[in-house]
Amino acid sequence: MSLIAIEELRKSYGEVEVLKGINLEVEKGEVIAIIGKSGSGKSTLLRCINGLETINGGSITVDGAKLAEDEAHLRALRLKVGMIFQQFNLFPHKTAGQNVMLAQQVVKKTAKPAAEAMARKMMERVGLAEKFDAFPDQLSGGQQQRVAIARALAMEPMALLCDEITSALDPELVGEVLQVVRGLAAEGMTLLMVTHEMAFARDVCSRVVFMHQGRVHEIGRPEEVFANPQTPELQSFLGVNRAA
Amino acid sequence: MTQFTLMDILRNLVFATQWTVILSLVSFIGGGLLGLLLLFMRIGKTRWLPPVVKLYTEVFQGTPLLMQLFLAFFGLGLFGIDVPPWLAAGIALILWTAAFLVEIWRGCVEAIPKGQWEASASLGMTYVEQMRHIILPQALKVAIPPTVGFSVQVVKGTALTSIIGFTELSKAGTVLTNATFQPFTVYGLVALIYFALCFPLSQVARILERKMNVAHRH
Repeated sequence: MSLIAIEELRKSYGEVEVLKGINLEVEKGEVIAIIGKSGSGKSTLLRCINGLETINGGSITVDGAKLAEDEAHLRALRLKVGMIFQQFNLFPHKTAGQNVMLAQQVVKKTAKPAAEAMARKMMERVGLAEKFDAFPDQLSGGQQQRVAIARALAMEPMALLCDEITSALDPELVGEVLQVVRGLAAEGMTLLMVTHEMAFARDVCSRVVFMHQGRVHEIGRPEEVFANPQTPELQSFLGVNRAA
Repeated sequence: MTQFTLMDILRNLVFATQWTVILSLVSFIGGGLLGLLLLFMRIGKTRWLPPVVKLYTEVFQGTPLLMQLFLAFFGLGLFGIDVPPWLAAGIALILWTAAFLVEIWRGCVEAIPKGQWEASASLGMTYVEQMRHIILPQALKVAIPPTVGFSVQVVKGTALTSIIGFTELSKAGTVLTNATFQPFTVYGLVALIYFALCFPLSQVARILERKMNVAHRH
């Protein structure tokens, strides 16, 4: 059974239909890159999987449980699926360590010593053990994003959704974040990432999803998708990227 | 006829100032508590409470405080309820203060970036948990300077209660003027005392604003 199963997913903002019937199955341990032009619906797709957007049709099933609107179901879903954002969204009034501890204590009711031990472990994993007591505004963008990854990991999710997590970073900071993601992929974490890092997608991902106008336009193994794009839309999209 | 020296005038005014201070504190604390209650109703997730609070703030912000004082003082009297001036003054000022504070605070809550809601939601927090751990602690920081700043308005607002006969600083000024025929001296002193009350408050608000800006670099 797939870890994440998306069937005929539809999402509209008012009159505009952003997702026009998405079907996608993600197996445990898969690393999936979602690529496409801005406005193609790729971020919206991720946000739907995490319940940040209400859906208008179709269904999303994570680990056998169907997504529903009520708070209890959403909470159960979000414990299985973590999310990392383009803008990091660390809590500025808490230290890096507290950022990683908070949800464990509040949501999972983990006792403080256990939450702190887990937080230190995760900070270590993203290479920031020495920044445990730093506030977010004392960290670089790349460090903040790595804390955000540690924060999501501390909840021990089955899958991570990464929404353009390197797009807000200075070029020299992209590498350190991708390095962490690469490590997660190697450890078998299920990852769905919206990304513009084509080289990374090619190297690390098991499948690439090309979205165009609210649909999954093309999908396949990265070597096929990048070397031999079938549709003119993907050809032009990759062409544009190569030129850039 | 007794002669009033400057010291007599000043002593009487300072004595009356305590009522201005007490009324200000009662209004500010009472209005703050009511405002907090209204804030949760206003930003809560129910369908019908927010419009009710909105109407409340519109009414109290859209009518003069003086009218509110008259209505509290004379209005309740029409129903045979005898309202002493101090009670009418307290009620009207509490309601008035709450109406402004709830809007100030709502602005502070809404100033917290959407990403904070989304990040805390994606970690599995419920609405109440998000409010308690993420949103309110940050909103509180933003809210302190404008809240302290508004307390100046409350202090000055208490002056109007002299008209319904509550003997605070302004009323004492009027009484002393009638007794001494020295309006310039008396009201000059009254103004100075108000300034002495309000100036430190606005200074504190300014200092807090600067401090909070440093602490809130995002």
